[in-house]
Amino acid sequence: MSPVFMLSLRSIANRRLSVALTVLAVALAVALLLGVERLRTDARAGFAQTISGTDLVVGARGGAVQLLLYSVFHIGDATANLSWASVEHVAALPQVKWLVPLALGDSHRGHRVVGTTTDFFLHYRHGEGSSLAFAAGGPFAEAPARAEDIFQAVVGAEVAARHGYRLGDRIVLSHGGGAGEGGPRFAEHADKPFTVAGILAPSATPLDRAVLVSLEGLEAIHVDWHGGAPIPGLKIAPEHVRKFDLRPKSVTAALVGLHSRTAVFRVQRQLNAHAGEPLTAILPGATLQQLWDLVGIAERALLAVSALVVVVGLAGMVAVVLASLGERRRELAILRALGASPRAVFALLAVESLLLAVAGIALGLGLLYGAGAVLSPWLATRHGLQLSLGWPAAGEWRLLGAVLAASLVASLLPGLRAYRQSLADGMTVRT
Amino acid sequence: MSVAESAAATAAVRISALRYRWPGSAQDCLAIDALQLGAGERAFLRGPSGSGKTTLLSLVGGVILPQSGSVEVAGQALGALSAGARDRFRADHVGFVFQLFNLLPWLSARDNILLACRFAPQRRARIAAAGSTPGAEAARLAARLDLGAELLDRPAAQLSVGQQQRVAAARALIGRPGLVVADEPTSALDADRQQAFIDLLLEECAAAGAALLFVSHDARLAAHFDRVLDLAALNHAALNHATSAAEGAR
Repeated sequence: MSPVFMLSLRSIANRRLSVALTVLAVALAVALLLGVERLRTDARAGFAQTISGTDLVVGARGGAVQLLLYSVFHIGDATANLSWASVEHVAALPQVKWLVPLALGDSHRGHRVVGTTTDFFLHYRHGEGSSLAFAAGGPFAEAPARAEDIFQAVVGAEVAARHGYRLGDRIVLSHGGGAGEGGPRFAEHADKPFTVAGILAPSATPLDRAVLVSLEGLEAIHVDWHGGAPIPGLKIAPEHVRKFDLRPKSVTAALVGLHSRTAVFRVQRQLNAHAGEPLTAILPGATLQQLWDLVGIAERALLAVSALVVVVGLAGMVAVVLASLGERRRELAILRALGASPRAVFALLAVESLLLAVAGIALGLGLLYGAGAVLSPWLATRHGLQLSLGWPAAGEWRLLGAVLAASLVASLLPGLRAYRQSLADGMTVRT
Repeated sequence: MSVAESAAATAAVRISALRYRWPGSAQDCLAIDALQLGAGERAFLRGPSGSGKTTLLSLVGGVILPQSGSVEVAGQALGALSAGARDRFRADHVGFVFQLFNLLPWLSARDNILLACRFAPQRRARIAAAGSTPGAEAARLAARLDLGAELLDRPAAQLSVGQQQRVAAARALIGRPGLVVADEPTSALDADRQQAFIDLLLEECAAAGAALLFVSHDARLAAHFDRVLDLAALNHAALNHATSAAEGAR
């Protein structure tokens, strides 16, 4: 071992407490920086994995990003609906292979309720093209013969796990977004409970936290409602809803698959120029890109803030080492008397600072993985974010490299200061 | 004549026509026409404060170079060496004992002694040539200087001042450098210990064959030495007299 390295280690060991705190500060900063980067990439991956195989999403006229967010990601609400006539018009286009309508607006204990058709389970794809799998049971009944089969629901993996739902359990939907658990119960469809017919396997999509029912079921619970409230004095029992026309009047959006992907832009133009009800048709991938462009500003700001935190951490480290330099003038003078060159003194301090920074980076990585392991179940359940705990990705290596380069530069400072100090002092410290 | 020639060739320190002025200063700090310390010679250099003592030691150590004149240590003109080579030369050939704060407080006494070998390949080589190891040599010197083996593993900060000075002496002597420079090494010790320390230092320098330049303002200590030099008399620099006069007036 070179004398300088040995002396650096021993000197660090001598100042354990201040060194430990410095290393911890750098470690926290590094963990924050890498954590932000990892959350960012994982969130993007999560979003990108949510929908595949759908060529177009069609909704009422509005913003493309907004349509994508409320229809696919269950974020925010639609401002206008799509009439059933429009849905039928789109479905009838020759280029359209399949169409899955989505009706949103109700909720169950804070979870979104999605009214759709059984085609949803057939055509919806996520990840690298996997379709939805059932952990138990199967889809709700399509156009059921028996009245009670209208009220069947498929619950997402999270919903089932969180509330302990099993097949055959009865659940009550709430009108609107609902107040979540413990909220007021005046807007509940308690008179027409649904039966759990299927439980989805986890898919790492918003469907994990959703309840899926048939469009007819959704219509049926609203037959005695008007304008968002029960019609006073009117009560229609579940067994009688079949007497009403349960065809939906409107839905929120529709997922569309085409025979040929090459037609996608033509169909999109055609729908956006639709003469009847104003429509918006979007390509999920392209709109997601728009979303990233939008979110990118915030992401960059967040990354910049965490980079600043790293700078603060390194500045703190430099300050601690520089402060120690005052007390260590005599030590450096002794080393000079023993034949250490000013360059060796420079190396001593630079190596010391660099060791602290590297220790901080290593500890930061440890903290990141530790926190990741602890927090990832919570992130997955509460926020649907799948945190990857793999080896650092290319972007993270770049950040680590940047932190290392910054600490290299930072460690030069105490080195240079010590160099100049030892040149001026020589073997004796004049006080 | 032959004796004088050989003494001149192997002189531990030889200073001639030296002029040194600190950067930014208007006057010379040191002006010494000639100063010589023979190999193995042990001399007392009396230097009151302000006599340019520290500057002289820095010149002998090769930390600074004179504006004119030459400083030779063990026959090597320091001015002919690069800064890095002077550092190595100092590590190999000169051992220093200072007034106080000789040791790195966070190293053990043993590691402080061994530190002198870290930057000095020739010290290591001389120890190896004598058939020993630095560790064994450190232990031997420590024992000779009355430092118990149990003290060697203690951090230097836990040693008494007297013990610290003896550790510093062992560090200066390890690997048999040709010259030991002691700068007021006893001023922090009480009178009895001063006596004992100087005796030990003289004895060990003799055993190691090292010349000793013992610098102090305390003229009473001069009695231990066969040769006594007076820096105030040797140094003709005007600044020195002005400073001395100013200090005398205070």
